[in-house]
Amino acid sequence: MPTETMIAPGFSDPVFQSQAAFRALLAALSEPGTLQQVAGEIAPPEGLATATATALLTLADYETPVWLPEALRNGPAGAWLRFHCAAALVDDPAEAAFAVIDGAADEPRLSAFNLGTDQFPDRSTTVIVQVAGLEGGPAITFSGPGIPGTRTITSQGLRARFIDELHENNAIYPLGVDVLLAHGEGLIGLPRSTQIEEVR
Amino acid sequence: MTIHQMPADNTKPAYNYAYLDEQTKRMIRRALLKAVAVPGYQVPFGSREMPLARGWGTGGIQITAAIIGPADTLKVIDQGADDTTNAVSIRRFFERTADARTCEATDDATIIQTRHRIPEAPLKPGQVIVYQVPTPEPLRRLEPREAETRKMHAWAEYGLMQVKLYEDIARYGEITKTYDYPVMVNGRYVMAPSPIPKFDNPKMHMSPALQLFGAGREKRIYALPPYTSVRSLDFEDHPFRIQSWTQPCGLCGAGDSYLDEVVIDDQGGRMFVCSDSHYCETRRAEGHRGTMLGDAAASGLVEETTP
Repeated sequence: MPTETMIAPGFSDPVFQSQAAFRALLAALSEPGTLQQVAGEIAPPEGLATATATALLTLADYETPVWLPEALRNGPAGAWLRFHCAAALVDDPAEAAFAVIDGAADEPRLSAFNLGTDQFPDRSTTVIVQVAGLEGGPAITFSGPGIPGTRTITSQGLRARFIDELHENNAIYPLGVDVLLAHGEGLIGLPRSTQIEEVR
Repeated sequence: MTIHQMPADNTKPAYNYAYLDEQTKRMIRRALLKAVAVPGYQVPFGSREMPLARGWGTGGIQITAAIIGPADTLKVIDQGADDTTNAVSIRRFFERTADARTCEATDDATIIQTRHRIPEAPLKPGQVIVYQVPTPEPLRRLEPREAETRKMHAWAEYGLMQVKLYEDIARYGEITKTYDYPVMVNGRYVMAPSPIPKFDNPKMHMSPALQLFGAGREKRIYALPPYTSVRSLDFEDHPFRIQSWTQPCGLCGAGDSYLDEVVIDDQGGRMFVCSDSHYCETRRAEGHRGTMLGDAAASGLVEETTP
């Protein structure tokens, strides 16, 4: 069997590794803008950051359709997700409960995903945006629930219009997607309730 | 037969860590993440059968089971007390199923599961408070149809609630709701704070702790991230007020805590004591003495500690 079709292992201790990862995800989305770390205990498939792969192992299963960029979907990452999470991989971004996108790629826009409905805003997609770095980039300052005053992040490698997309996403609150920026073992949550205060 | 059934070879318990299976935990965790993203919105979830009756805190227990891990210390209170039946049972449940470290000190806990109170000691960043909620829908008594209340939340149509509060004022001269007092969260959703006394409502506003709400029977989860605006509904000319008492706690002399009225004889005698048992004990250990502490200690009801 060629090595590129081999499926890498998932959690070695699913109960406790997923619990620890979930607390990092909960902290990320309840305290937007804080840098949270997941344990680097898994070897993610090609194309997924450790944080992305850990988040999907923790949250995705047969109840949650996942959207991946086509190259990832047809590669080892798709096979890995199907095997470990039994998640359906969908073509249409609007059908996804979870999605992984490249922060630098132009498509798809955040508004292409499921934004929820006015009566069920919880049905929106959670979008994991893989970026080139979570520190050392241009500063974006946020406010909103979970943030005492304001909080600033300096992530790198986000497409130019991403800021506008976040603005639009917040403007339709309580609808909208919830964003997780991921790089390496780090995660930053930007739920729809978070507003952009300043971009420098 | 006990909950903790062991198979014949006595190696592993017959259930998963923290009782729930992993798929159920994932489902609850997904609901929790959406709940913190939309503060105050009630997320439907697939509430499971638990080994105690619905209405006894199954919503809170399921949330605690989905978040607890080996690094956590759990405190459970029922009406403020650590030593009442519901609190003791739930604490023991997690000691058995999750091998949980438990405590009574509010400061030491990382997860506080509560029924009907928020501890008097201020909560800290990093702590999680899990509320047991019987009726998550604040509009349910005004509109029994779920399809209608869902639309009212969707369109932020909260006039009915304001009218109800106004009718109280017109009839009785004040808003008569003293517990489960409705709040406006983040300027968007009206939320039931669970049956905590309105005395505790101001503690929710901009709290540094994460607040999670679980309603097992009604199958709803909702949340308040830390530092979230929580405003008790009121009117400009009838501002929200919390309860006050004419006397301090009879045991520890506290004048700033929520007091329970206790009937002590059949002659009409009564005393007021802190509902938060750990707060009262801490104050007594620090040397604070209420007027009735001597009597209570003499009848063996409390231990009189000397600092």
